[in-house]
Amino acid sequence: MHNSSKAALQDPTWVRYGLMTLALLVIGLFLCLPLASIFFQAFAKGWQAYAEQISTPDAVSAICLTLLVSAISLPLSVVFGVSAAWAIARFDFPGKGLLTTLIDLPFSVSPVTAGLLFVLLFGAHGWFGEWLQAHDIKIIFAVPGIVFATLFITCPFVARELIPLMQEMGSEEEEAALSMGAGPWTMFWRVTLPNIKWGLLYGVVLCNARAMGEFGAVSVVSGHIAGLTNTLPLHVEATYNEYNAVGAFAAASLLTVLAVVTLVVKSYLEWQQQLNRPHN
Amino acid sequence: MSIILKNISKRFGNFSALDNINLEIPEGELVALLGPSGCGKTTLLRIIAGLERPDSGHVLLKGEDKTYHDIRDRGIGFVFQHYALFRHMTVFENIAFGMRVKPRKLRPTETQIRDKVHALLALVQLDWLYDRYPDQLSGGQRQRIALARALAVEPSVLLLDEPFGALDASVRKDLRQWLRHLHHNLNVTSIFVTHDQEEAMEVASQVVVFNHGHLEQQGTPSDIYDHPANAFVSRFIGDTNIIALESHHTDWLRSSGLDIPPQPDCLHVRPHDIDLSKATSDGAATAILKDWQHLGALIRVELAKPLPDGAEEIVYAEMPNDRFKQLALAIGDKVDLTIRQAHWFHEEIGRAPH
Repeated sequence: MHNSSKAALQDPTWVRYGLMTLALLVIGLFLCLPLASIFFQAFAKGWQAYAEQISTPDAVSAICLTLLVSAISLPLSVVFGVSAAWAIARFDFPGKGLLTTLIDLPFSVSPVTAGLLFVLLFGAHGWFGEWLQAHDIKIIFAVPGIVFATLFITCPFVARELIPLMQEMGSEEEEAALSMGAGPWTMFWRVTLPNIKWGLLYGVVLCNARAMGEFGAVSVVSGHIAGLTNTLPLHVEATYNEYNAVGAFAAASLLTVLAVVTLVVKSYLEWQQQLNRPHN
Repeated sequence: MSIILKNISKRFGNFSALDNINLEIPEGELVALLGPSGCGKTTLLRIIAGLERPDSGHVLLKGEDKTYHDIRDRGIGFVFQHYALFRHMTVFENIAFGMRVKPRKLRPTETQIRDKVHALLALVQLDWLYDRYPDQLSGGQRQRIALARALAVEPSVLLLDEPFGALDASVRKDLRQWLRHLHHNLNVTSIFVTHDQEEAMEVASQVVVFNHGHLEQQGTPSDIYDHPANAFVSRFIGDTNIIALESHHTDWLRSSGLDIPPQPDCLHVRPHDIDLSKATSDGAATAILKDWQHLGALIRVELAKPLPDGAEEIVYAEMPNDRFKQLALAIGDKVDLTIRQAHWFHEEIGRAPH
């Protein structure tokens, strides 16, 4: 990618500056301004109020729950993503096309629908509801339900990142490792994993951002029990509905920081991936 | 290590990649599996390696049936077409890999590994590249590193898939000679796959010709060139003139000095088996010199043989420069042909379906 400008594609100056201004205006008005206002509102009553608001028991419990849910669902979606990508990139089997399509399903289904789906399965009147009640297992309106919903939403991220990467890479290096006497696990850890490392991390970062930020699906299954089943995004909504603007924006500012960190890490990983791309 | 393949067959869906292959490769040979693309030669190499399972048949290495053994237990070294060097490891680590993944009890010490790697790097004459990464190497260097890496586990068979396929013509020439010498020094039974007949003839001590999943012929390069088993082999190896036998040809060929056996319907004549002289008598096989090209040591002469229906058939002859100068021929001259030898075939046999 060179920055050489092609004379034939050179638009008149006013078109170029017009387009640039328009883009900057839109980004400023609809992205930067709201983002800044989050922090403005969060700190409207000073540092102390901010600190108080993010250390209320409800806020702390929401933060902990969010961390817990992402800590459980991240490894699971990594395992799922790597296995699915491996299966799709390395083997031919009947139903491969269907699996590839289905992996994208969570992207095309509205998160609220996904949440409802779990309620229909595990809720009190759901398919497994009676059985679960009989065995005293709580899924809906409890942490397992939130984890399920989050898993459903986040499972495509890693797989989608890895499938094209592994297909492009081919299996010759892995076959070479086997031919030199490596076992399947040695091959995976020492040859496959180092090759997909940056793509995998990229998927994990996106997956994490979504897991922590998910609202719709989690909202349906959580039951909004303050201090128990409220994740950070749900906590933002709950405090805002209680007309506690500082509390809502303080919690929102945490999610915003997460978003900014995600963006920075994501760009770094993209850059690393560019560097490590095979150039044949 | 001797390799014996018994009744190997392999299908991919409806496509028969290998059809009942029987092949014996004696210890210490450098064998080329030669054939046009899609003929099954790479599949056979992968079956010998254990990267692919045959649908039926057996692979015997050193007399032991290894058909269902993993690639790890076969004692083979495999050099991939695109080298498959580990891109995240240095050249040193690439070559050391096979030693490092050995079970703890069999694993050499760090000093032994280092000595071995440097010995192998010296063998492929690239010791100064030990700390580079694969993407910092040229194609020829990668090829040689891949070879060193395959040799690091001391394989009893070395398998190479299109070893020169991805290289520039000039690099390829050097590497061919180099591989031949390397094989001579190491004396490891080696098999390489190629679609380039010149490469097979130049490098290998034994050539096995494949076509459409069938083994057409096995022999030394001179066997195969001088005594092709069928029309396909004759056409695939070297240049040849294919002359369909029709009555008008028969007389013409007889006068060129050939005896024609009763049944065959086609003959193949190598261009260098045709000699020319200025047309003299009426009984000789005549043709018109249409054009000629300078091929270096040889001159290729394009001859037009008139057919009864007024059309003409082109026959090529090749001869050394000075012979051509002696003849002092010019374009348009009438010449007499002498055919020193020819191969007779039923053209259907071994013909590739088009």
